[in-house]
Amino acid sequence: MPKWFVPLAAVTALMFAASPFLIANAPYEATMGLVQKIFYYHLPSAWVFLLSAIVCGIASARFLFGGSPRQDRLAYAAAELTVLFGAIVLVTGPLWARKAWGVWWQWDVRLTSSLMGWMVAWAYLLVRKYGGPGSDKLAAGLALFGMANVPFVYISVNYWRTIHPATSVVPTLPVDMGLALWFAVACFLLLFVLLLRLRVYLEEQRARLDALYLSLDE
Amino acid sequence: MRALVLLLLLAFSPSVTSAQQPEPQQPKQTDEFVPISQLPAQDQLPAAPLLVTAYAFVWVVFFAYVVSVGRRLTKVQHEVERLESDIAKRA
Repeated sequence: MPKWFVPLAAVTALMFAASPFLIANAPYEATMGLVQKIFYYHLPSAWVFLLSAIVCGIASARFLFGGSPRQDRLAYAAAELTVLFGAIVLVTGPLWARKAWGVWWQWDVRLTSSLMGWMVAWAYLLVRKYGGPGSDKLAAGLALFGMANVPFVYISVNYWRTIHPATSVVPTLPVDMGLALWFAVACFLLLFVLLLRLRVYLEEQRARLDALYLSLDE
Repeated sequence: MRALVLLLLLAFSPSVTSAQQPEPQQPKQTDEFVPISQLPAQDQLPAAPLLVTAYAFVWVVFFAYVVSVGRRLTKVQHEVERLESDIAKRA
């Protein structure tokens, strides 16, 4: 593991421990009150979910057209993180919606396209696990579709009628709310970098193991 | 004369006066107290359990994922060490 990993992990852990205090000090939103504070973890996890799908898609494209096993390992790691952060988005969102909208789920464009992106990431992992020989390239193709879905998820709230807040909400946040949000965004981005590096390291060790088995057979 | 009467009638008719000066809506007088248990379900729902569940879920998922990757990594590294020692013995 690289030298920066442990210090950065310590900093991230401290930041995550501090984030609830900033979130608690942020003012209540006028119409939703306390439950709106789910936003401070929901939005960063959604951004990292989309970022992870983009990383997976770019690495998969580079693997498909360049054949680099390193890019394949990166794509595999990013797909797993897409599932992880997507699960957080798809659980925290309905918990917020139940109070704010009165329902757990709405089949509107933002929610449905996010669910689709999450399912594509699951499909990637299932193909990799059970697809047999050649499944790495099949899964890479799937990842391209997962990446193509990302802009659609992001802009959907601005073009379709939905009760989900629009993307214009974030720039209008007052300072106290903005500070808590951007601090949480920094926490989630750092965690993403750490988990991605850790997961890639696992794939590197697996590749090393495969190479050792091959050398034993020879 | 008839036109003057018509104008006066129009000027003081309730529809015209209300259109000219809309009255602010007064809140309805409270004539009963409704216990909170009789409110619709979404109005009764307290926010705190939802908030705590959301944050707890995030922390538990991160912790479980780190433990899961750690276990997988330990297993692979043990196997790598075992194979390396086997290869060294053969050599």
